[in-house]
Amino acid sequence: MNKILTIIDKEWAEIFKNRLILYTMFLMPLLFTALPLVMLGAMGGQSAGDVTDMPPQFLQLCGELQGTECYQLFMSNQFLLLFMMLPLVIPATIAAYSIVGEKTTRCLEPLLATPISTVELLLGKGLAALIPGVAAGWGSFALFALGAWILVDSPALLARLLDGMWFIAIGVVGPLVALAGISVAIMVSSRVNDPRTAEQITMVLIIPLLGLFFAQIAGVVMVNAGLLWALAGALVLVDVGLVWLGARAFQRETILTKWK
Amino acid sequence: MIQTTNLTKVFGARTAVDALTLTVHEGEVFGFLGPNGAGKTTTVRMLTSLIAPTAGTARINGFEVGRDDTAIRRSVGILTETPGMYDQLSAQKNLTLFARLYEVGDVPGQVEKYLRLLGLWERRNDAVGSFSKGMKQKLAICRALLHEPAVVFLDEPTSGLDPEAARLVREFVAEIKAQGRTIFLCTHNLDEADRLCDRVGVMQQRLLTVDTPTALRRQLYGRKVVFHLREVGAGLPALLQSFPFVKEVEQVENKLLVGLDDPDAQNPVLVRALVQAGADVQFVGELRHSLEDVYLSLIQRGTTE
Ligand SMILES: Nc1ncnc2c1ncn2[C@@H]1O[C@H](COP(=O)(O)OP(=O)(O)O)[C@@H](O)[C@H]1O
Ligand SMILES: [Mg+2]
Repeated sequence: MNKILTIIDKEWAEIFKNRLILYTMFLMPLLFTALPLVMLGAMGGQSAGDVTDMPPQFLQLCGELQGTECYQLFMSNQFLLLFMMLPLVIPATIAAYSIVGEKTTRCLEPLLATPISTVELLLGKGLAALIPGVAAGWGSFALFALGAWILVDSPALLARLLDGMWFIAIGVVGPLVALAGISVAIMVSSRVNDPRTAEQITMVLIIPLLGLFFAQIAGVVMVNAGLLWALAGALVLVDVGLVWLGARAFQRETILTKWK
Repeated sequence: MIQTTNLTKVFGARTAVDALTLTVHEGEVFGFLGPNGAGKTTTVRMLTSLIAPTAGTARINGFEVGRDDTAIRRSVGILTETPGMYDQLSAQKNLTLFARLYEVGDVPGQVEKYLRLLGLWERRNDAVGSFSKGMKQKLAICRALLHEPAVVFLDEPTSGLDPEAARLVREFVAEIKAQGRTIFLCTHNLDEADRLCDRVGVMQQRLLTVDTPTALRRQLYGRKVVFHLREVGAGLPALLQSFPFVKEVEQVENKLLVGLDDPDAQNPVLVRALVQAGADVQFVGELRHSLEDVYLSLIQRGTTE
């Protein structure tokens, strides 16, 4: 446990010296928080607008919310999906820099020569990447909630904006997505020597999220609590596989003799 | 301290280390010599439980490779072939990190001890990236010593350093040697091996020979004495050759190089004979072969066999 904390401490000491990671960690969440808030604020004053171009399923979801309020709920649910990018992008970026960085500083072998187990090392690096990503998701949501509370007058809309779905998304799906991102980043990082390349390849994982984003616009699917739970279930399976593969790439002998 | 029996490592179709059987004694500085690709790093990695042997056994500090791997990592220190430091972090942070991973009892105390030893205490908060190459290397050696291991592996500590940095590092290794640790020193710098090592093993996939640097020279060349004369007269080489104990005579300018088994007893006889023959003997000395000659000849034999 001590060793895991030591690794996390070291990772963070390095992360906070890397400007690109800092930008990713702070600017991206701020942007993702500001956008839905600006949208809520801008639409708030208008009276009932035209909601006919919205997917019909969504109108059902709105329940007693009418017109603009329904539209606002729809838009903020769209942003909810973009929010899920935070726990993916931030941990994957950190993990890529942390593994590839270790290769370029050539510290991995001295590290592996210490009595640390590879599981401890992997856990330390994994948690060092996971925690900021999940924290950014929660922090952004807290900001969004605060902003919505200030900007939105209708208690009914506010209740729907901040309902349980968000907690499933940020509390359950977020960490699971982060875990997948980290595992893939580790596997990719073991093969490449440039953190940006590793990061970019890992970002392929954004595609399913974007797919969901556009599918909802097109009305093919509706993101609701049920769908999020299903997503979480699927992610658990995917994660088990990815973590197993990532851990396999992270054995002393493999790292020293096969990593290029 | 270190004992290996038929230790072997095969990578795919390539045998990197072939049936290495070797003993390194406590408190000894053992030089592991060999050209690039000889299998030195692979051996060190097996002995420090970083990679598993394909066959054979090894015991370090009483622990067995493959069975007591964590105990081995705890009890040995290693300067890896390409040691890195976290350049962005301070010297103190770097050492503290490793002291914790090595389960050192008094982390701040040990870190301070070694930073002071290196004369870096005042610069402890500076990023390691700002240090000279030689200083970084010394810092990396200290990192391997934080947990006060009885056995220290140094894999080519001076390679890639400029002469000044290499000298600093070599002096530092001599200091560590004085503390009575067992040191396993991989190198292809023979001068370094000559100055620091009690015994050397010459490696080329297989272990070709093990001995003290002096004995190795002798074993291969016997001893040679140089007679400097004012002028080498015509009959002198033949005169020396006529003594039964003289193995060979070679003339180089105004010097005669003579191969002898026992110069202490035989030199006076030859000097007397030379003087009687009218030669002016200016001085007499022993020709020392450098370890480099020994090494090259061993490697050549090793590869032609
Ligand atoms: N991971 C590896 N995969 C395949 N071959 C390797 C690997 N590591 C070392 N070798 C081979 O093993 C031999 C010994 O290498 P090494 O132990 O690094 O030698 P040295 O340290 O004496 O220069 C070389 O021929 C090298 O190419
Ligand atoms: Mg080597």
